[in-house]
Amino acid sequence: MSNNFRTCPTTGLKVDRSAENLIKANAVVAVVFLLIGGLFGLSVALTRWPTVHLLPADWFYLALTAHGFDVLLAWIIFFEMAILYFASAVLLNSRLAAPRWAWAQFGLMLAGALITNVTVLAGNSSVMFTSYPPLQASPWFYLGLILFAVGALIGCFVFFGTLVIAKEDKTYEGSVPLVTFGAITAAIIAVFTLACGAIILIPTLLWSLGLINGVDPLMYKLVWWGMGHSSQQINVSAQVAVWYGIGALVLGAKPISEKVSRMGFLMYILFLQLASAHHMLVEPGVSSSWKIFNTSYAMYLAVLGSMIHALTVPGGIEAAQRARGFDKGLFEWLRKAPWGNPAFAGMFLSLVLFGFLGGISGVVMGTEQINLIMHNTLYVPGHFHATVVAGTTLAFMAITYLVLPLIFRREIMFPKIAQLQPYMFAIGVAGISLFMMGAGTLGVPRRHWDITFADALTTFQFAPAAFLMMALNGIFACVAAIGGGMYILVTVCTAFFGRRIGDDEKVQLGPVTGSKSAAAVAHYGNEGTLKIPGTVVLVGVFFVSFVLYYYVNWKYLAELWPLK
Amino acid sequence: MSVTPPSTRIWWKEPIHKVELIWVIVAFLWGLTMFFTMIWWHAVGKQNLSNEAYRIQPAQYAAKVDTMIAAHTVRQEGAFPVVHPPPGSDVYLMGRVYMWWPMLELEKGQSYRLHLSSIDLQHGFSLQPLNINIQVHPGYEMVVNVTPTTSGTFGIVCNEYCGFGHHTMTGRIYVTDRT
Repeated sequence: MSNNFRTCPTTGLKVDRSAENLIKANAVVAVVFLLIGGLFGLSVALTRWPTVHLLPADWFYLALTAHGFDVLLAWIIFFEMAILYFASAVLLNSRLAAPRWAWAQFGLMLAGALITNVTVLAGNSSVMFTSYPPLQASPWFYLGLILFAVGALIGCFVFFGTLVIAKEDKTYEGSVPLVTFGAITAAIIAVFTLACGAIILIPTLLWSLGLINGVDPLMYKLVWWGMGHSSQQINVSAQVAVWYGIGALVLGAKPISEKVSRMGFLMYILFLQLASAHHMLVEPGVSSSWKIFNTSYAMYLAVLGSMIHALTVPGGIEAAQRARGFDKGLFEWLRKAPWGNPAFAGMFLSLVLFGFLGGISGVVMGTEQINLIMHNTLYVPGHFHATVVAGTTLAFMAITYLVLPLIFRREIMFPKIAQLQPYMFAIGVAGISLFMMGAGTLGVPRRHWDITFADALTTFQFAPAAFLMMALNGIFACVAAIGGGMYILVTVCTAFFGRRIGDDEKVQLGPVTGSKSAAAVAHYGNEGTLKIPGTVVLVGVFFVSFVLYYYVNWKYLAELWPLK
Repeated sequence: MSVTPPSTRIWWKEPIHKVELIWVIVAFLWGLTMFFTMIWWHAVGKQNLSNEAYRIQPAQYAAKVDTMIAAHTVRQEGAFPVVHPPPGSDVYLMGRVYMWWPMLELEKGQSYRLHLSSIDLQHGFSLQPLNINIQVHPGYEMVVNVTPTTSGTFGIVCNEYCGFGHHTMTGRIYVTDRT
C-alpha cells in the first residue's frame, strides 16, 4: 500500500497517487473544454456586437449551443470531479475508493462530451443548451448528455466511497475539514441534479428516436431545470469551498465559526434544489403560490446560506491577516493582502463579483413579479455570467495556481502573466455581465442573431443605448478572452513544460506557508478576541446595495401596464 | 484551517460571535421581507401574472384565433390582418414560426383578456419597449388580463429560441387613444 502514496512536503498530507492522476486528467480535460467553449463564446459575443456581426445565423445558433454545453457543463463538471477527488482523498489523507470506477467516470464523461460536441457541430442539433421540446435534436445529442451525467454520477459515488474509507481507516481526527464539507454539499446536490437530468433526458431521447409521441414542454422545463439550475448550485457549493480553501492555503485562514459556516452549506443542501422555479415564473399552468415558495428557496433560506458565506469568507481572511500583524485601521488587512498572488487575487475578485453582480441580480430576477420585466432578456445571461464565469470559473482558475505546484508538481511558468490574469479576466467578465444586464433592461432578447430585425416581416427599433451596450459587451468579451487565453497559456505550459518540483521540495503558496506566522494565525478567533470591523463595513455596503437595487426594480415593475 | 479538521473537536458547542449572530438575524429578516413583499404585491400591486391557463390542442387554438380575425379585422398590413376587438373581450394572440399572429389594435384604458398560446414550438412573448415578457407554450393557453395605459405602436419580439428564423419572429400591437 505505502508506495501508492507520497507525502506532500508543503502540507504534510499523504497523497494517493491514483487520486492525483485522476485529478490531473479531469483538470486537463476541463481546461481543454474551457478553451473550446470559450472560443465559441467569443464568437457569439462578436456576432452580437452589431457592427462586427461575425457569424451567419445558423452558425451563431450552433456556436451558442456548443458554448453552453462546453463551458457550463463540460469545463465546470470536469473541474468539479477534480475538486471532489482532492477534497476527499487528498485532504483526508485517504486512498481513493474504486479508482477503476473513477476512470469510468472520466471515460464516460469524455465520451458523452465528445458525442454531444460532434453532434452539435454536425449542424442538426442547434437546439441551445436547454433543448426545450418540441424543438428536437438528434438522438446522439441527448445520448451524449446522458452518458456525461451518468459519468458524473459515478464520480460522486467514488467521492462518497472515499469518505467512508477515510472514516473507517481513521485517516483524520474529528470532523471533516470545512472544505470537504463544502464538497460533500456539492456532491449531494449533484446526485439530485444528475438524477433530474436522467429522468427527463431519457424520455426525450426516446421521443427523438420516435419511440414515444412527445414530451410535455412544461414538465420538461420543470424537471430539466432541476438539472440545469441545480447544477449551478453544485458550482456555488464547490466555489465557496474553493474560497475557504484558498483562504486557508494562502493565508492560513480558518472559519470564524465552524458551526455557522457549516450551517450555510446545510442551507444549500436543504433548499437550493427549488431553483427550478426561477425558470417557471412567467409560464402558464403554474400557480403563484407555488412560484413564490419555490423561487424564494422556501423564504430565502438558501440565500441566507450565501449571505452567511459573504461574511465568513472575508471575515476569516481579515482575522488571519490581523493575527499576522496587519491590524491598523479598518482596511490594512485588505491593503496588505497578497494581491500579487494569483490564487488570492482570483479568489477575492470571484467573491466580490459573485456577491455584488451575480447574487443580487439573481435574487431580484428570481422575484416572482419582477421576472416579468427580465425573463429571457439578455439580463438572464448577464446574471449567470456574473455567477458562473466571474464567480465559479474565476474561483476555479484561482485554485489552479495552487493545484499546479501541489498536484502537478510543477513550478508556475510566466509568473508575471499569471499575476495579471485574474484581473484581466475579472474586468472582462464584469463588463460582459453589466452590459448584458443593461441591454436586458432595455428589452434586448437573449439568444438572438439580429436585433435590427432586418429580415423580419415587421420591425421594431430598440433604443440606441441597447446597441451601445451590445458593442461594449463585445469589447469586454475580448478582454475576458485575453484573460482566459492567459490562463490557458500559463496552465498548459506549466502542466507540461514547467520545472518539476522535487519530492522533498516545499512550495511557497502564500505568505504564511511554513512560516512562523502560520502558528500565530492558527490561534485566533475565539469568541472574546475576534475583531473583523473591515468585513462588517464591506458586508454593510453589500446589504445596502442589495436592498436599494431590489426596490428600484419594484419601482420599474410598477410602471408597466396593469396585468392580472 | 478550512482545509484541516476543526481544531476544536466539539466544534458545534463553540459560542457564535456576536457579529455573525447579528448578520445571520439581519439576513434572515431580509429574506422574510423579500418573501412577504411578493405576497403583498399580489394584494396591492397592479402587475401580477394571472394563474388562469388551460390545456388546448394547437388546432383548436388556431380556430379561435381565426374566428376572432374573421369577426374583428379592420385593415390589412402586409401579410397581417389588424384586429380591433371590442374592449373587455377575449383577444387571441398566436405564436408560430416565425410570426406573432395577428396584429392587434387595442384601446388605451380598456381591459382585455389576452390569450397566449403557440401552435408549434415554445416562443417568448416580449412586448417592447415596455419589456413585458411571458413564456408561450404549445398545448397551453394562458389568459392575462391586461389594461394598456400608454398609446402608441408596440413591437412583439420572440425571446425564446425557436429555430434558425427565430430572429425574424416579430409582431405588433397598436394602442389607440379613445376617440
